[in-house]
Amino acid sequence: MEWPGLYNYWIVIFLMMAGLYVVMARANLIKKMVGLSVFQASVFIFYLTMGKVAGGTAPIVIPGNPVYSNPLPHVLILTAIVVGVATLAMGLALIVRINEAYGTIEEDEIDAQEHDS
Amino acid sequence: MIAAHLPALQIVVPLVSAPLCVLLVKARLAYALALVVCWVAFAISVLLLGQVLDSGVISYRLGGWAPPWGIEYRIDPVNAYVLLIVAAIGALVITYAKPSVAREVGSGREALFYTSYLLCLTGLLGVTITGDAFNIFVFLEISSLSSYVLISLGQDRRALTASFRYLIFGTIGATFFLIGVGLLYQATGTLNIADMANRVAPIEGSRTVQAAFAFMAVGLAVKAALFPLHAWLPNAYAYAPSVVTAFLAATATKVSIYVLIRTYFTIFGHDFSFEVMTLGPVLMVLAIAAMLIGSTISIFQDDVKRLLAYSSVAQIGYMVLGLSFDTVLGVTGGMLHLFNHALMKGGLFLALGCVFYRTGSVNIEAMKGLGHRMPWTMAAIVAGGLSLIGVPLTVGFISKWYLLLAAIDSGMWWISIFILMASLLAIIYVWRLVEAAYLSPSPENAPAGEAPLIMLIPTWVLVLANFYFGVDTRVSVGVATRAAEFLLGAGS
Repeated sequence: MEWPGLYNYWIVIFLMMAGLYVVMARANLIKKMVGLSVFQASVFIFYLTMGKVAGGTAPIVIPGNPVYSNPLPHVLILTAIVVGVATLAMGLALIVRINEAYGTIEEDEIDAQEHDS
Repeated sequence: MIAAHLPALQIVVPLVSAPLCVLLVKARLAYALALVVCWVAFAISVLLLGQVLDSGVISYRLGGWAPPWGIEYRIDPVNAYVLLIVAAIGALVITYAKPSVAREVGSGREALFYTSYLLCLTGLLGVTITGDAFNIFVFLEISSLSSYVLISLGQDRRALTASFRYLIFGTIGATFFLIGVGLLYQATGTLNIADMANRVAPIEGSRTVQAAFAFMAVGLAVKAALFPLHAWLPNAYAYAPSVVTAFLAATATKVSIYVLIRTYFTIFGHDFSFEVMTLGPVLMVLAIAAMLIGSTISIFQDDVKRLLAYSSVAQIGYMVLGLSFDTVLGVTGGMLHLFNHALMKGGLFLALGCVFYRTGSVNIEAMKGLGHRMPWTMAAIVAGGLSLIGVPLTVGFISKWYLLLAAIDSGMWWISIFILMASLLAIIYVWRLVEAAYLSPSPENAPAGEAPLIMLIPTWVLVLANFYFGVDTRVSVGVATRAAEFLLGAGS
């Protein structure tokens, strides 16, 4: 196999695993959201990568007989980015409310307060 | 003219009305609009089911773009049935909502509540109606994002952490689904489900397709709260406002199960899902674990909403058990339970909403003597509980009967033992409610009196539906059988 081969996919896998790890391993809610965003971003890169056609150019009508990259994944991922932004906004808004209600955004401290009540 | 555009209207009407609710500001106006829209959506779903049963599959081209390039709304006996369930519950719950929302959500936020409710309904209907895999993801996220908002409106501060946890789980689940769709697009070059199904079959051995299957199966299992991926569900149901719990319990997980069914049987086909990927035993073990563990945990809950939430985890096990047989009888049982569980849990959570409205608590302590203080509400809870156990003449009996038949038919009679054990466990947790409500004295100065009629009537409509469809099974069993035959026929 040619090294590094389709290295984009290695980046995708690295970001995906790093993001999931942060979501699971960090107790700070903001850090969890960061991890979640990294995880989602990895999927965006995955879609963009698969739209690429070797030697292809942007899908704009130009004279000659050019090879075009596939524009559909880009359009799809535009939608997914919007969803990602909405999720991030929603998550951060909830964190603000959690901070008001508990006075902390550390998951273990929140759990301790919930078990006391 | 209008009849031809019903599939689009099913989605567009609630979607466009949602922002209108924000603009109306006043709770009364927003409620009136949401009420009308939900009943219109219900009427459309009834008409669509009629059209599908009369003339077969409806394919609607959004914007006139022909599939597989354009987005197609494709309605067959399977999703027409699920659409009807979602729209019917949506309409009944919104009818009930006004007093309960006024009490639990608080003034100033009611219009926003109805907006989120309509968006959530839009998302759930959209997931069900669409024939495009990427579109499923988009609608799934519309319904999820609005349900995070709905859950976080609960009074208890734990509603916020429950909502946050659901957000993390839900996003991971939906993103897994998205990865699966991406891999499938890579392998097949299409997003249209019907087109995808044709193109997946010749490349079954491909690692890409197998990875796509794994990602989609796990992602959807999180959304459907299939054991052991159910951790988000109990708190989300327990601390959300009563109206939201009733709505989500009766629809959201059902729609995820529906997408699971679509993925297993339509996109990948049952040969691939059950023979190449050997999904059957995996689902069976998880389903039985869900039934037994979910029921056992719910026995030890003091918060009745939490008790019923764990019971939901168990009931999702029954639905998945039906699917895992991979026979027409099994899938019929699963689909039937999908419908029946919506009736039972919808009715039960609405009745609990009445209890909360009057007493301000749904703890088992607060329910002591409630049988004498709120006789109609408590009778609804007992009737729903009987259906949950699976007593004859209720819908719970019908779906369990079909699951038993499917187990015996597949030569796995020992599974019937687990079904019976889980039903016995259900007797214990329902009995705890009965004991508290009828055999314990009321605490002193306990609030008494029934909930308003506008809340009692939708509750009783759902509870009586439990008995109606438990006796007259022609409609529910007929449609479920047709759906199951369609799914397995399409796959082979």
